[in-house]
This record gives sequence, C-alpha cells and structure tokens, in this order.
Amino acid sequence: MFRDTKWRARAGALTTLASALALIAGATVADAKERGKKKGKDEEAAEAPAFAAMKAGEAVFPSTYKHFPNVATAITGATVYDGRGKRIENGVVFMSGGKIVAVGGPDTPIPADIAVFDGTGKFVTPGIIDIHSHLGDYPSPGVDAHSDGNEATSPTTPEVWAEHSVWPQDPGFSRALANGGITALQILPGSANLMGGRSVTLKNVPARTMQGMKFPGAPYSMKMACGENPKRVYGDRGRMPSTRMGNLAVNRETWLGAIDYANDPKAKRDLGKETLVGVLKGEILIQNHCYRADEMALVMDMAKEMGYKVTAFHHAVEAYKIADLLRENDVCSAIWADWYGFKMESYDGILENAAFLQREGACVVIHSDDANDIQRLNQEAAKAQAAGLRLGIEITDATVIGWITYNAAKAMGIGDMTGSLETGKMADVVLWNGDPLSVYSRPEKVWIDGALMFDALNPKTRPVSDFELGQPGEGDVK
Amino acid sequence: MKKLISLGAISAIALVAAAPAMAQDVTITNARVVIGDGSEPIEGGTVVVSAGKVVYAGPASGAPAGGAGVDAKGAYVTPGIFATVTTLGLSDVGAVSETEDSRAAASPFSAALDAAAAINPVSQHILVHRAAGITRAATATVPTGSIFAGQGAIIDLDGDATPVTQARAFQMVDLGENGARLAGGSRPAAHMLLRASLREAQALAGKTGTPQTTEIVKDDEVLLSRFDAEALVPVVTGKQKLYVAAERASDIRAALALKAEFPALDLVLVGATEGWLVAGEIAAAKVPVIANGLNDLPETFEQLGATQSNAGRMLRAGVKVAINAATMQDPRRLPQVAGNLVALNRLPGAAGMSWGQAFAAISSVPAEISGMGGKAGVLKPGALGDVVIWSEDPLEAGAVPTQVFIGGIKQDLTNHQTRLRDRYRDLDESQRPEAYDW
Repeated sequence: MFRDTKWRARAGALTTLASALALIAGATVADAKERGKKKGKDEEAAEAPAFAAMKAGEAVFPSTYKHFPNVATAITGATVYDGRGKRIENGVVFMSGGKIVAVGGPDTPIPADIAVFDGTGKFVTPGIIDIHSHLGDYPSPGVDAHSDGNEATSPTTPEVWAEHSVWPQDPGFSRALANGGITALQILPGSANLMGGRSVTLKNVPARTMQGMKFPGAPYSMKMACGENPKRVYGDRGRMPSTRMGNLAVNRETWLGAIDYANDPKAKRDLGKETLVGVLKGEILIQNHCYRADEMALVMDMAKEMGYKVTAFHHAVEAYKIADLLRENDVCSAIWADWYGFKMESYDGILENAAFLQREGACVVIHSDDANDIQRLNQEAAKAQAAGLRLGIEITDATVIGWITYNAAKAMGIGDMTGSLETGKMADVVLWNGDPLSVYSRPEKVWIDGALMFDALNPKTRPVSDFELGQPGEGDVK
Repeated sequence: MKKLISLGAISAIALVAAAPAMAQDVTITNARVVIGDGSEPIEGGTVVVSAGKVVYAGPASGAPAGGAGVDAKGAYVTPGIFATVTTLGLSDVGAVSETEDSRAAASPFSAALDAAAAINPVSQHILVHRAAGITRAATATVPTGSIFAGQGAIIDLDGDATPVTQARAFQMVDLGENGARLAGGSRPAAHMLLRASLREAQALAGKTGTPQTTEIVKDDEVLLSRFDAEALVPVVTGKQKLYVAAERASDIRAALALKAEFPALDLVLVGATEGWLVAGEIAAAKVPVIANGLNDLPETFEQLGATQSNAGRMLRAGVKVAINAATMQDPRRLPQVAGNLVALNRLPGAAGMSWGQAFAAISSVPAEISGMGGKAGVLKPGALGDVVIWSEDPLEAGAVPTQVFIGGIKQDLTNHQTRLRDRYRDLDESQRPEAYDW
C-alpha cells in the first residue's frame, strides 16, 4: 500500500519533468505526445527515472502523535486563569475527548459520571508553553556527542531542521513537564548562524521518536540571529560575516536569492530556499534572536524590504527601548525576566522590560532558552510582573499567565489550538497546588490533550527516560 | 503619576548622596524580623543597629532605646544575603574577556592566585546585587588553568574603597570532571596533582620525609610552582579552608578520604549534586556543603543522581548546607532558589527546607562556612549591621529590598539598570531624544 502510493506520487512528478525537458529541447508538446503513443508500456517504464523524492510541500517526517486515552474530567472550586486575561474564582474546567468542553463559574454544568478533582485553594492554568527551548537538540547529558543544536559550518543554514536533532530521550522533557507544567514547546536551532534552520513544535509527551512528539498542525518557524554570535563564529574563521554590517549583507543577499528562486518555476529543488520561500509566503514564521533595540529596528526594515514578517524577537533584552516600534510592527518580544550582563549585547537588560512592553501594548512572551528555567517560567513571569508593580504598572495575574501560555502559542502559530482554556481547544491544562505566580507553588497535575500525563501525588506518573534507567535516582522525585 | 515622579526624585537625591557615609544608629520597628539562624520570623519585632553592629533583634518588648527610627510597616527585615561561591567584583561582562578576571587559563600560577587584589567594588554586578539584598559574598577565581582555582576572598558590597572583608579566606580545587580535564585528562591525574601539591606544601611547612622540589612540570608547563606550593601551606596546615568542587557520590567520598592522609585539612564541599547518596558519610565527617540548589538534570555523568531534594536530604542527615550561588544565572537568584526548596515540602516524596532553614542556607550558614559565623548573615548582637528591609516575603520570586544597610550604613540602590529604567519609563522624544533624560 505504502509503495503504491509512493510510486504514484513519483510517476506524477516524472510526467511533469518529462514535459519540461521536452520543451527545453525545442520539441513541441504534440511531438512528445506522438512519440508517447508509439511506445509500449514496458518501454515507458524503462525510460522513466527510477528514483524520485516526494514533492516539495508534502508532509514529511509527519507527526505520529495521537492523544493518549483519557477520561472525561472536571476540576471544580479552583481559581482559573484562562490564558487570555480572564480570572474565574471558584471556577470549573471540564474536559472530555481531549478537548476543553466548558470553562466557567461554579454553576457550570458537568455530567455526573466523570472524574472530578476538587481544586479548592488551587489554581488552574492552560498548559505552560515555552517558545524558546533547545531540549532534545542540546540534551542532558551535555556531552559533545549530544551537541546537535548549531550547524555552525555556514552562516546561513535554512536547510537544516531542528527536528532532525531532537533526542526524545532527553530527561529535560520530563523535568519541564513535572516542575514547569510545560505541555508544548518550540525547539529552535542555536544562534551561531544568521539563519539557523527550521524549528519544530512539540507536545511535551514522552515518545520513542521525535514524530511521536511533533505537534500536529503546528507551522514551522525559521530561526534567525542578530548580533554578536554570527559575527563572532564566522569572523573568527576569517570569513563573512565578521561585523554587524556583514550580518545584514549576508542576510539580504540570501533573501534576494530566495526571491529569485521563488520567481523561477524551473529552479531545481533547494531545501534552504524552500524554507525561505515558506517564510516569504507567510507559511513559516520568523523567530529572531536579537538583543539590541537598534538591531531589531534594522531587522524589521529588512523584513519590509524583502517582504516577510518577523513574528517574535527572542532574548530581546532591549525591547523596552522600542516598545512603540514593536507594537506598531506587531512583533512579540520573547524575553527573560532577569538575565543581563553575560555578554555585551545583554548589558542593558532590566527587570522592567516586560512591564514596559505590556504598558505600551506590545506583545510579551516569557521564554527560557534553558533546561532549568523552563521548569520555572511561572516564577520568571512573576518576577517581571513585580518589577512593573514597583513602578505603578499594575498587570493582572491573569494577564501575566498569558505571557507563558496564549501569547507563546500565538507567536508559535498554534494559538487557535492551545494556549488558553476555551471550548473546543486542546485540553492542555495544569492544576497548581497554589498560586502559580508564587515561588511556593508547583504543578500538581498536568493534562495534555485531556490525558493525565503527570500527577505529583502518584510516583508512577513521573516519566523516566531510557537514559535514566538503572542509574542513580531512577524514578526519584526531581 | 505622582508616585513615579517622586521615585525619580529619590534616585536623583541618592546619586548626589553617594559620597562615603558614616555608620548611623538606626532602630527598625514594626518589622517581621528574620534572625537568619534557621528560626522562623518574629512578628512585630525591632532591630537596633549601633556603631555599625547589630545591638538587638527580636520582639519589640526587649529592645533598647536606639537611634533614628525606621517604621518597617510590617515588612520582612532580615540579615543581608551572604552569597557563596561567586565571581562578584571580578568581571563586568562574562563574554568580554578583557573585563573578566575570574579566569586565567594561560597563567603559570594557580593556587597562588589571589582574588582580593582584583576586586572592583563598583562593578555593576556588585551594585546590581547589592540592590538585590546581597550584602556580602565569597568571591573567587575559577579553575581554568589548573585544578586549583586560587584563593578566594570574602567581600562586602557597599561599593567603598575597601571591599575585602577577608582576603585569602579559602582555596578551591576541582576534583570532578573539570578537574580531571585540567590535570591532564583523568581523575587519578587530578588526585595525584593534588596530593603531590599538598606534600610539597607540607615540605615547605617544615614536615620531614616529604619531597624536596617545589616545581612540578609537565612538558613545558609548570603544574606547581614554588609560589603555588607556598600558597598551599595554610591549606595543608588547616589554617585556610579547602573548598573541593565535586558532584559525583564517589568523588565526594574520595574528597572526604583526603582527611585520612592530611588530617589538618579544613574541607568544604562545593556542588555535591549527588551528596544525598552519601549524606551520612558527609555528616559523619562534619564537612559542610555549598550545594547546588535546584539541579535536577543529569547534565554530566557526574550528576546522574541530580534531584532538587538533594539539599533537603543532606540537611535531614545532619549536614550543614548552604546554597551555592555559582550554578544559578546570577547570585541574586539565591532567595528564589531558597523559596523553591521551601515549596518542595509540599510535594510527596520530596525533601525541602522550612522557611527558616532555607533563609539560613543563604545567610548564616554560608557566613559560618566562610569563617564569619556570628559576624554576618545573622541578626545577633555583635554581628555586622548588614540589614535588609524587603518589599515582600524575601523568598518570593518578585521580592526586592526597599532599604539595604551594610555595616550600619544605608546603601544607595542606584545602578546602571535603575538608571535605564528611569530613562525609558516613557518613550517621549517629542522635545528631546532620550539621551537628554538623565
């Protein structure tokens, strides 16, 4: 069955190719058809190239994730943050068939025969989402043999896909689930290159293969990087780019090449340019590592020149300096709460970054870029919120939860599927044992598509990766 | 809006007043007083500081009459955070090598390196961390050219001309994977180099039956020079603490075993990710631990047993545990990490700390380990007047100090970050560019 389908796809491609070749050779289509008539079937088969890939744009490395068996479940009596700025006291969240069925106050009707958890004194949020992770690509243990996040052999590698480096046995996934309530995450290539390659969005479920985690229907993003990293990595090797102006030049030349490719119907397939054309078409999002305000402004103008859109700037420690520009250009800032000063372009990091952006009406996402901080995105968000409050910028708890749920989902292109507790969306839900913006709270239960994937009260629901079996602390509370 | 303007005015005044200040007598009333010794907070308490020292901390009823009054309005009042192990004062920007004095891979010296000489008391990292409630720190160069890091110092963060509270307070050696690499490629190489070095130091200290040379050379590299050997004399004679960085359970055991060979060693373990697996042995050896607080990933093969419950389990076994600042993004996260250890107590199967224990693990305990027991990290009569008034529960993620005293002197909390904050509070450039807003 599999073979037959594949063969048909190939045959289709070959017919097109044969026609094109015939035209190039100066023969008419009619000639070609006439010749075809004279050939026997065996003869035709013998002339057709024996090998052909699937067509560009067909789903490759497709997701095999299916949500796990789940029972209709309701949480009652909890404080509910819906991820979109709403807070419900004594709320009810009802999920069934992997979807959110109802979210509302204490009067929300729920069937009699379902599992009910008393959430009194507890809090419910959408599953936490990290827009910037390298789990799987830079897994634990972080030995050289596992260093798979930067294809640092050329300043532009749009042809590489982060999903081909993901090691699903990275123990970091389970820590992010159990301690951070992470239900979805975007794995990005590193920032050595101006164009680092495609990202992949994963459901945070243990799996034997990357495909078993791949978020069905999530768009790809392409990672780009400004500033110090690309110019250092390639400048040190005596090649372009070695300066920030070199960064921009290489980027622009590459985009121009992609535009030519997009306009050339006869162009031979090119994996890198396929990614870039996907960006030009708006099918692939841009996630752009960029610290400095002035560089972000340049990148936004470059995007206008070339005809694409930046979805989010990552590590944007100076976003607060151009919050107005970011709002006008509808670009999110994916940021840390307190990282600063570890490199020159992070020197002007301030605690009030998120609060200033929020006040200007710009989009805020709190991200980790770190296997440890991904376990505490809620606390990072709380720090950023507190910094604003000290200046009189009051941002509600419900809005702050949106920084690590809906806003992240939106900037990853999955905001219509997850990131908020709304009827019909995926039942990605965290029950916290206290206020999630307090350092004293932890995820008690985490559901992904309605399936209970972690329960702090049941040791057997702690995922243990293959790597951890038979090692000290196997199955331990982490 | 008025509130914002007044905050700006305060910053401006603080800048003007940044000249050297004298210790003033201060009485903080209506405080939720945290002594820092592991006890729980005291409601409605009073703290009295006089002549730079703590005179009293406890219930209001027992307080002596004191100096100028500060009404804490119910806020937490604690000893300053004591951060260990850090590189505060030794660098401006980590990735800008010319500003970085914590690493010296190309230096021919190792154990003899002395951090005290390089401390910049007005480094922005010091100013930023002071504003985060850290008042004293153990700061040290890190092992880069040798298994020996060099001699660390205890510093204060008051930004004056004399940052060093105690120079050459400890020596540090790496006996884990990193130390093995630095010693030539293996753990036996690291242990051999350490033992040889200590025996050289013994020889210099006048003991008999030990080597005559004070140079260990490999190829053209000097692994131990006379100066490094001399620097190890106070270590081998027990006059200077030896911090041993080790993560794996077996590496910890090997470190503890050093005392059989060199009985005078005053050992402190740093890291100890798998300490919970050998907690009884560490407790029996009476060796304190500066433990990684929240490491729960097998980031290396020496950390396979990593769990956030490590510190709590060691504490239960009777080990003296401080939280290590070296493995977090910045030392200013110490209170947040301590808060996370408190949170663990509500997770079945996990071992955390009580609030009082967790606060002690970032105040009095690291001070004791640093040789400043009773002098820092604690609000007890005679201790240095390092006092912090907090915006909220100091272990909460968003907490910051509203006032910081170091040695009884009220500190200016302005720094590069607060100045940027003040400038970009609004983006109004209708009259002049932002560069004129300062």
